Amino acid sequence: MHYSISRSSRFVAEHAAQQRRQLLVALAVFAAIALLPWMVSDVYLMNVLVLTLLYAALSQSWNLLGGYCGQISLGHALYFGVGAYATSVTFVKFGILPWAGMFLGGAIASVIALALGYPCFRLKGHYFSIATIVIAEIGLLLVNNWNFVGAALGVQWPVSPDSWWTLQFARTKIPYFYVALAMFAATWLVTFWIVDSKWGYAWRAVKDSPEAAESLGVTVFHTKMAAAAISAFFTALGGGFFAAFVSYIDPESVMQFQISLLMALPAVLGGIGSLWGPAIGALILIPLAEFSRSYLGGSGSGIDLAIYGGLIMIVALISPDGITGLYRRLRSGAAA
Amino acid sequence: MSQALDIVQVVASGLMMGLIYALIAVGLSLIFGLMDVVNFAHGEFLMLAMYATFGFVFATGLDPVIAAPLVVAIMFTIGVAVYAGVIRHALRSRANAGMVQIFATFGLALLIQGLVQYYFTPDYRNIGASWLGGRTLSVAGIFLPCPQIYGGLLSIAVFAGLHLLMTRTDFGRALEATREDKGGVALVGIDRNRIFALGWGLGAALVGLAGSVLAIFYYIHPQVGATFALISYVTVALGGFGSIFGALIAGLIVGLTESVTAMILPPALKSVGVYSLYLAVLFIRPTGLFGKL
Repeated sequence: MHYSISRSSRFVAEHAAQQRRQLLVALAVFAAIALLPWMVSDVYLMNVLVLTLLYAALSQSWNLLGGYCGQISLGHALYFGVGAYATSVTFVKFGILPWAGMFLGGAIASVIALALGYPCFRLKGHYFSIATIVIAEIGLLLVNNWNFVGAALGVQWPVSPDSWWTLQFARTKIPYFYVALAMFAATWLVTFWIVDSKWGYAWRAVKDSPEAAESLGVTVFHTKMAAAAISAFFTALGGGFFAAFVSYIDPESVMQFQISLLMALPAVLGGIGSLWGPAIGALILIPLAEFSRSYLGGSGSGIDLAIYGGLIMIVALISPDGITGLYRRLRSGAAA
Repeated sequence: MSQALDIVQVVASGLMMGLIYALIAVGLSLIFGLMDVVNFAHGEFLMLAMYATFGFVFATGLDPVIAAPLVVAIMFTIGVAVYAGVIRHALRSRANAGMVQIFATFGLALLIQGLVQYYFTPDYRNIGASWLGGRTLSVAGIFLPCPQIYGGLLSIAVFAGLHLLMTRTDFGRALEATREDKGGVALVGIDRNRIFALGWGLGAALVGLAGSVLAIFYYIHPQVGATFALISYVTVALGGFGSIFGALIAGLIVGLTESVTAMILPPALKSVGVYSLYLAVLFIRPTGLFGKL
C-alpha cells in the first residue's frame, strides 16, 4: 500500500474491492474442486486429478520466477528432485515423517536456489535458461551416482498401513487429492498476496526493464533471489508430496529434464505471469498427457508425444500470451 | 613413457571428438547469430539426419560416407521448411517473444521425436560394417578410430569453408549484414526473409553433415538427439552465441575436457567435468568466450 500516497483514495478503494472479489472467486473455485471426490469414484481419474492439481501448484511456483520475474528456468526439476529425495531419504532411513521431510526439502531447495542464484542471475536470456538446464543435469548425474540415496536404483518406501502421519494410503487416493488441492491453494494464495505487494511490483518492473527498475531503486539482484527462493521452496514441497504419492522414486522419475519442462509448460500455455494461467494450463496439459499416454501410447508408440508436441507448438504460435491472454483479448474485443 | 603416451592418446581422441562436437554445434550458433533464435529442436535435426543416413544405407546398401551429400540436401530442405512453417510465425509474436521461440521449437522437437518413434519404433539401430566403421588407425602407438578421423577432417574443412563463405561470397556478406542490422539490409535490396530461410537451411545442413558422420559409429534411436543437444547448447554458450570461431574453440575444449574427465572420474560422470567447466567460464564471462557483450 506504499503507492497510496501518489494515487487517489478512490483508486485504492476500487483496487481493494477488486482484490476482495478475486479472492472470493478463488475461494469458491477451491471449494468447488473440494467437492470433486463425491463425483469421481474411478481410481484412475482420481490419479489424473491429483497430478493435475500437483502440476497446477508446481507451475504456479515456476510462474513466480518465470512469469512474474521473467527468469525462464528450465531446471526446476532440480528442486523437485531435492524435495522428493529429502522426503524419501529422511523417512526411509531415519523414520522422519514426510510432512517434516517436505519442509526440510523446501528449506534445502531454497538454500540451493540462493547459492545458485548468486552466479546465475548475472546471466541473461538464453544464457540463463541453458545454465539452469545444465545445473539440473549435473544434479541428476550426481544423484545417479550417489550410493547413500540409492544411486540409479532410487528409494523405495516401505509398505505401511494407511495413515495421515506417514502420508501413505494404499486403498484410496482421496487424501492425496486434498493435500494436492491444499498445495495448489497455498501457491495460488501466496502468488496472489505477493503479486500485489511491494515485491510483486518490483518483480514486474524487473521483468519489463531491469535498467529502469534499478534506476527507481529496485535492487534487481535481491528481487530475483527472493523469487528464486520462494519458487524453489514450493517446487520442493511438490517433489516431497510426489514421492509420498508414488512411494518409489529414482533419479529419472523425479529429476529428468521433462519435469522441468512440465512445470514451465502449463504456465506458458495458460498464460505466464497471470494468476490462473498455470492452473488452466495444467487442467489441459496433464489430462491430455495422461489420457493420450494410456489410450494412444501403448508400448511407447510415440504418437502421444507427437500430439503433445504439436499442440505445444501450435499454442505457442497462435496465442503467445496463453489462454488467459486470448480470453482477455476476446473480452476487450467484445466490449469495443 | 607409457604414461606420456596415455596423455597424448587422451588429448588426441579428445580433440578429435571435439571437432565433431564443433560440427554438431556450429549450425545452432549460426542460426542464433543471424536472428537471436535458439533452436531447441537442434538435437532432433541431428537425429533425423542419423535416421536419413541409416535409411539410405538400408535401402541402397551403399556406404554411409556416400549418403552424406544426400543427407545434407534433405536437411537443408527441412531447415528451410521449418523456418517457413514455424519460425517465421514465431518471430511475428509481439508478446513474450523469447518464450514463444523456446516453446515453439520445443514443441517441434517433441513432435519430431514422437513421429520418428511412431514410424521407426524406439529400437536402437546401428549401421554395422562400413568402410570406416570399427576401423582404427594407429600412428606411433596412438589409436584413433577412423570414423572420428573422418569427422574431424570434415569438421576442419567445414569451418574453413564457412570462413570463406562468410568473408568471400555475396551470400556470406548478406548473412553478416542481416546479422548486424536486420532492418537496414532491406534498404540495400536484401530480402531478410530469404536470408533467414537460407540461414536455417544452412544451419540444418551443417548438423545434417554431423549426423551422417555420427551415424557411422553411434547408436541411432529417437532420443539420440537429446544426448547431443545439451552438449551443443553448452558448446555454443561456451563459445558465445553466434560466434562461428567460438563454436570451433569451444567444441575442442568440450571434447578435451570430456576425455580428460573420463580418465579421472567414473565414466558415468564424464559430462560433469564439461558442465562444470562451462558454468565456471560463464560465471566469469556471462556471454561466453567469444560472445558479443
